[in-house]
Amino acid sequence: MSKPRIAFFDFTSCEGCQLNKLNLENDLLSLLELVDIVEFREAMDDTADTYDVAFIEGSISTPTCVKRIYDIRRRAKVLVSLGSCAVLGGVNAMKNLQPADWVQEAVYGEDKYLFPSMPVQPVSAYVKVDYEIRGCPMSTPEFLHVLKSIVLGRKPEIFDHAVCVECKLHENECVLDKGMFCLGPVSRAGCEAICPENGQYCTGCRGLVSNANIAGAVGMLKRHGFSEQEARKKLQMYSSLNKLVNEAECRHA
Amino acid sequence: MRKDLNIDVHHLTRVEGHGNIVVNMKNGVLQKAELDIVEAPRFFEAMLKGRNFMEVAIITSRICGICSLGHQIASLKATEKALGLEVSGQTKILRRILTDGATFQSNTLHALFLAAPDFLEVGSVFPLVNTHKDVVLAALRLKRLANDIGDVISGRAIHPIRCVPGGFTMLPREKELKALQERLKTEGMTDIRFIVDVIASLADKIPAFNRETEYISLTSEEEYAFYDGVICSSDTGTYPVENYLDITNEFVVAHSSSKHARFNRSSYMVGALARFNNNHKQLHPFAGEVAKKLGLSAPCFNPYMNTVAQLVEVAHCIENSIMLMDRLLSDGIRFEKPNQTPAQYGRGIAATEVPRGILFHDYTYNRQGNIVKANCIIPTGQNLENIDDDMKKLVPEVIDESKEEITHKLEMLVRSYDPCISCSVHMLDVQFIEE
Repeated sequence: MSKPRIAFFDFTSCEGCQLNKLNLENDLLSLLELVDIVEFREAMDDTADTYDVAFIEGSISTPTCVKRIYDIRRRAKVLVSLGSCAVLGGVNAMKNLQPADWVQEAVYGEDKYLFPSMPVQPVSAYVKVDYEIRGCPMSTPEFLHVLKSIVLGRKPEIFDHAVCVECKLHENECVLDKGMFCLGPVSRAGCEAICPENGQYCTGCRGLVSNANIAGAVGMLKRHGFSEQEARKKLQMYSSLNKLVNEAECRHA
Repeated sequence: MRKDLNIDVHHLTRVEGHGNIVVNMKNGVLQKAELDIVEAPRFFEAMLKGRNFMEVAIITSRICGICSLGHQIASLKATEKALGLEVSGQTKILRRILTDGATFQSNTLHALFLAAPDFLEVGSVFPLVNTHKDVVLAALRLKRLANDIGDVISGRAIHPIRCVPGGFTMLPREKELKALQERLKTEGMTDIRFIVDVIASLADKIPAFNRETEYISLTSEEEYAFYDGVICSSDTGTYPVENYLDITNEFVVAHSSSKHARFNRSSYMVGALARFNNNHKQLHPFAGEVAKKLGLSAPCFNPYMNTVAQLVEVAHCIENSIMLMDRLLSDGIRFEKPNQTPAQYGRGIAATEVPRGILFHDYTYNRQGNIVKANCIIPTGQNLENIDDDMKKLVPEVIDESKEEITHKLEMLVRSYDPCISCSVHMLDVQFIEE
């Protein structure tokens, strides 16, 4: 069997997830024995016509992005979105909360027409996405897990439990009990609760669990002394495009 | 002599973000030589509007994965100035070590993984795994070591977790720091010595091109400035950081979604070479030796030498972080909580040297501690006009070479600036409309 041909593409993002792959240092060489990297603009000159697996980083935010993502999907057998920008719209999507014209004008003034921009969307808003790797930035062990699974023809494991579960397994003191804000109860895990592990609160960078009880979470945060407005604003950092968050917003407005 | 030339490099490779090189010469007249920035704008200012001071650095870190630590540090310093939050000496030392680590990491990534393939005439680092395995392995070890500095002190090298206004949510254990310092002394020094020898043997691959320009960086009496200092222009001397808008004078050009900048001349340069030219006397001895070995001496007007200056800084940062860790370890790490009680609300301006040059963050907070106005000026944006000026001088000088050779020299030129295009399009001046 010939080695799978994999490619990496970057859209609107900080490219931190791609960089995280270059940070595989110890595993990079063994990874190269497993697959052929045929396109990775940030690190190499080569390009290719077709891909067995295309990894997409970043969200879709300009007409050019839309054209490119359709084109890549046509040429890729398997398409994986990589990181919160690609999967959820990420922090980029917070832009959508402001009136579009104001955003453009505030930055470029009367030259705003030079640089078209559209509401930010995740990759799945435009093309079929086969697998998702969440996180801001994505975690390299999870990336390796997904890549290995695809190469072996298995379905990668999908995490759909709350960060609280992993945080408890790590035997951390509850962040809320420490008097800090936290989105752990409704946020999707897979991160090994890395932020609470390091004394921070969970910002929900992997989005929400699929059956998140937003009204319950907001109520719980209120009991811990945080306002509805603050809870909503913090949920919007990564999940502003999530219907659940918007519904909760209506209910509490 | 060639009269017509058309070069269009679509989505230049081995740089961070999306840029095109466009050169157009007709009847012997150079009509266009520019780097088009086609990265999608991200509008961070819209994301920051109304955000609380505790969240701001978490968001601004996401401007750029490569420079996330630098953005956090500049952001935290601006917030601390605006809110009158004093930080401890220990916090400052830890942040300095982090800045050293981030520069070490980013410079290594650029010089050895993105630029070095040009010197060895291959299209990426991957083929070198077979032909130069020992070099690739040493480079990978250096990168890992640099990232470990970030991991141990800030919890994660990309998008650090522990750095917050007023200090750190968690401190490294002395045992971890000692182990890290030991690795810097042994593995780090051995690998950088080996890499410097390899690069020295390739010195003839660096194009001979000179164009004197204005060099702008931070400068400090205490040290080779990264974490803090005042603005220094090689043309006209020093300025307080608060006057940054007089230095950057940003303007919009049609071919770039990132704004350009200029000060005393038509353009200026920031980054490793600018820092080296302005502050070379403060390099640690080993870094000075490395500079000598690699043929870099101040003032240097060859932009291609920026990559070499980056390696000199890697040597400096390794030495400097070993020294700073000595200081921390001899005093012992004290437990302290971050100081997060604002003494005031208002405006704070801060500058930090990040790998690609001087970075400014400028915030204004309202009485609720929420952002009402934000402005960040990114190094790559400041370099763009200088890159265009370099191209305009370079193209006529090499016009008789083959089109492939000219294209290659232009690509190498842009790459040598280590442009971070995602960064450059994300933060531009904006006035928030108060609700």
